[in-house]
Amino acid sequence: MRTIHTEILVIGGGATGTGVAWDAALRGFRTVLVEKRDLTHGTTGRYHGLLHSGGRYAVKDPQSARECIHENRVLRRTHTHCIEDTGGFFVVTPEDADSDYPDRFQQACREVGIPCVEIPVAEALRREPLLHPRIARVFQVPDAAADSFLATHATAQAARQEGAEIRIYHEVTRLLVEGGEGDRRVVGAQVQDLVRGEPVRILADMTINAAGAWAGQVARLAGIQVSIIPGKGVMLAASHRLVNTVINRCKMPSDGDIIVPIHTVAVIGTTDVKVADPEHLAIEPWEVRYMLEEADKLVPGFSRTRILRAWAGVRPLYQENAQGMESRDVTRALALLDHRERDGVAGFLTITGGKWTTFRLMAEKTLDRACAHLGVERPCRTAEIPVPGREQGPYWLGHRLHEVETAQLQGELVCECELVTRDMLVQAARFNPTVTLDDLRRDVRLGMGPCQGGFCTYRAVGILHELANEPPEAPTGDAQAWEVAHLQSPRQAARTPTPDKRSPSSAPRPRPSPVLERTHPMANPNLLLRDFLQERWKGVLPILWGQQLKQERLDQLLYLSLMNVDHLPDPELVSPMSDFYTRIPTAETEG
Amino acid sequence: MFTTSWHSVNLTANECIKCNICTSYCPVAEVTDRFPGPKYAGPQSERFRENGQPHSPDRSVDYCSGCRVCNEVCPTGVRIAEINARARAQMVAEHGIPLRNRLLGRNELLGRLGSLAPHLANRSLHNPVSRLLAEKVMGIARHAPLPRWSETGTLHHWLRRTAAHRRRAERKVVYFHGCATQYYEPFVGQAAVLVLEHLGYQVIVPPQNCCGLPLLSNGEFEAAERYHRGNVARLAGFAWAGYPIVGTSTSCTLTLKEEAPELLDRTDSGTLALKQATWDIFEFLRERAQAGELPTDFRPLGTDAEPLVLPYHAPCQYRAHRVGKPALEILSWIPGVAVRESLARCCGIAGTYGYKAEKYTIAMDVGQELFDFVRSQGPGVRLTACDSETCRWQLEHGTGIPSRHPIEVLAAAYGLYDLEGRRPVVE
Repeated sequence: MRTIHTEILVIGGGATGTGVAWDAALRGFRTVLVEKRDLTHGTTGRYHGLLHSGGRYAVKDPQSARECIHENRVLRRTHTHCIEDTGGFFVVTPEDADSDYPDRFQQACREVGIPCVEIPVAEALRREPLLHPRIARVFQVPDAAADSFLATHATAQAARQEGAEIRIYHEVTRLLVEGGEGDRRVVGAQVQDLVRGEPVRILADMTINAAGAWAGQVARLAGIQVSIIPGKGVMLAASHRLVNTVINRCKMPSDGDIIVPIHTVAVIGTTDVKVADPEHLAIEPWEVRYMLEEADKLVPGFSRTRILRAWAGVRPLYQENAQGMESRDVTRALALLDHRERDGVAGFLTITGGKWTTFRLMAEKTLDRACAHLGVERPCRTAEIPVPGREQGPYWLGHRLHEVETAQLQGELVCECELVTRDMLVQAARFNPTVTLDDLRRDVRLGMGPCQGGFCTYRAVGILHELANEPPEAPTGDAQAWEVAHLQSPRQAARTPTPDKRSPSSAPRPRPSPVLERTHPMANPNLLLRDFLQERWKGVLPILWGQQLKQERLDQLLYLSLMNVDHLPDPELVSPMSDFYTRIPTAETEG
Repeated sequence: MFTTSWHSVNLTANECIKCNICTSYCPVAEVTDRFPGPKYAGPQSERFRENGQPHSPDRSVDYCSGCRVCNEVCPTGVRIAEINARARAQMVAEHGIPLRNRLLGRNELLGRLGSLAPHLANRSLHNPVSRLLAEKVMGIARHAPLPRWSETGTLHHWLRRTAAHRRRAERKVVYFHGCATQYYEPFVGQAAVLVLEHLGYQVIVPPQNCCGLPLLSNGEFEAAERYHRGNVARLAGFAWAGYPIVGTSTSCTLTLKEEAPELLDRTDSGTLALKQATWDIFEFLRERAQAGELPTDFRPLGTDAEPLVLPYHAPCQYRAHRVGKPALEILSWIPGVAVRESLARCCGIAGTYGYKAEKYTIAMDVGQELFDFVRSQGPGVRLTACDSETCRWQLEHGTGIPSRHPIEVLAAAYGLYDLEGRRPVVE
């Protein structure tokens, strides 16, 4: 078995894990991150995309709110290009008009230090004409929309540039524990390379469990009990931006109280249901209905507009002694578990809880503790050093269309809904580790628009097929000139890469993928096609009515009638994700 | 432009199932790469536009000619052309508008000014030097078929002159002539009045504004709204009184029926009344025919051996009314006329689109389908017919064959009108 030696091993490739790897690498630690699927496949890639101002927690969870507003300011500096400054409203709907919550909210924001200004209702309605016309009051806060896919890629790239190694589709199968009772120590992990089917041993001075909702399962591998309360949240995306400001309902945090305009869609979220297993992502009909009802209270008519998709994410909520608590009542503050103090197991930390907004802070606290354990003093630098890609400036909705227009790439579109060009796709596939089309979706937003993969799936598969069949000596493009933090930019992809044209950061970059083995999913277009259709179908099924039903009917004609994909060759071929895509969600919520 | 209400045409973008039918029918995308197609410019790009962006993200939407062939073929009802028009308006609101487009949008003003001294106006405009200058300075295509001001007075002059002969009757109809009929082609209006009177109607021609379409197509929504409000103020009363409002310009009537209310998001009662009372003249005549009230005292315009071969093109603006092709039906009842139906998508001119230097060639390439159709009807074709004025001018420009409004043909069939000389038989 291959063995890798490192100083810090990070388990989990979500926002927190990549943040930890970034922080560790910046502090000069040799760092390896392992993730069992693709980066952001877990909770990070399944949230509504809110950069919290902290307003949501100001009344109920001031500690969490303080963390949020602090990080809100930091991330706007470090991850500028991943954030769209939409601003946020807290609106008092007719249902909540009698409550004293708005006054308490305003007071709490002041105490916590969140800039919160009450604006005239007429002004709010002028800016957001679809808002409920009978709202009583509106408070403006610095909420924003955040692209968690891009931010995680940029953070991972920042870590790579400092020498960190990021390994996706590497699942931890064992934690390597040494010593006896009272003097136990985690010295690394055995991981399984799911694509090659090989085990790898990674030895580390410090192992950091950043597996989020899966942190309990990882800790159990060291015989440690960590009670994560997986809180499932269901979200629905309307097919275009009904609002351009984050709309929060001004009341105690509850289900369906926020609409986030993120990229090209408006997302209503979320439910909060305690589930037994973080893989339990079933979407119940009542959840869909409930979200639409609640959305109508903020934007009347939301329920009758086109809904593209539903999905669920599982919050990694943690509270010591949380026996019997409802997940809605569990703190959103971060939780750093020092297993040496807590369980007498050295070399092992768990970081969980928290919000996407606070991932950097979580990493900072974790590495502070790790430094203390390792007996070194190295200050955190993540708040000062921006991640690659920031030079693109703040994200705005028209960004992609504007680039396609100025570079005249209209003829290059593979995914027309989300404006993904052929070059964007090819370069992401070549230079960013990729196993499934869904990985490319997270990279470049392939198939995320109204047709939900109807027209881009077959095109993308064809292109990847060509790519996989290129002779090894064929030019693979220049990885040096390609910047992962620009992977959502049509313009970067269109630039002819030249070796001399390096961007400011010069550290190691992703290499072109080696020639694919015959069994690699990327070398099997039929498998790619089946997997992605199945994956897209999963999210459409719960909202299959009206306009989206028409769309699916057309997609069905394309794939099942015209292409007969039900009878593609090699039905036995599976990818590491095939099972996940085909698993039929069932209702098995706890309690 | 952004979604301001749940009535907004922009929301029809949600109906798009990406099927590409619009793009495969779009006559503009077919001949130029500058316009990426209706699906791209309309429902697709619409998702990337919002209120308060740093700037409009796209420019290529300006190459949409607004012909509405996309709307016509869309199986799910996306109002693509309207989405594009609103996107252009947003660009105009941001970047301002070139003098040329400002001028082209002001059909009514140009018409009125030129009519003060039509001889002089025609001579100053219609000479190679002026046209070259207009192209170089303003970007108005040198060869584009600009109209000539009527040198025998406007429609209103004629109405005043012949007031004593005008029919008075119990049944009344309001005539919306539009700017082109008023200032350039009063004879079309004369033919319309004569036909309506022949049906037994008293024709009321109240003061009226430009319908606003040229301004809407050039993205000047505020000015268009002023015109539209003016029309509502002057005409809604007739609508409420139950008078049909008929027009001979298919784009004007389309604007009153749909374009102005939709593009300007107007749902006031006056707008709605005007919308519902407005008819295209042949839509109205066909309805009269169905009620058995269309006179059939036609005189043959040709013989069985030598019929008047009449290639007829229903303009795209007319097809956007979704009333079928009533002019085609009625013309085919006239003895001695062999109407040949054009299935061409668009003549290319699309209002003021083909006048613009950078779009002139596109417009001519789009129109080729129609010009070829006319040519394929043989060398004996003396006239073509088309309901829209700019399309007729383009058709004449592209084929060299004179073109007529179908109402002129019908008036001639009733013996009221000289089809060659374009004037009433008896004043």
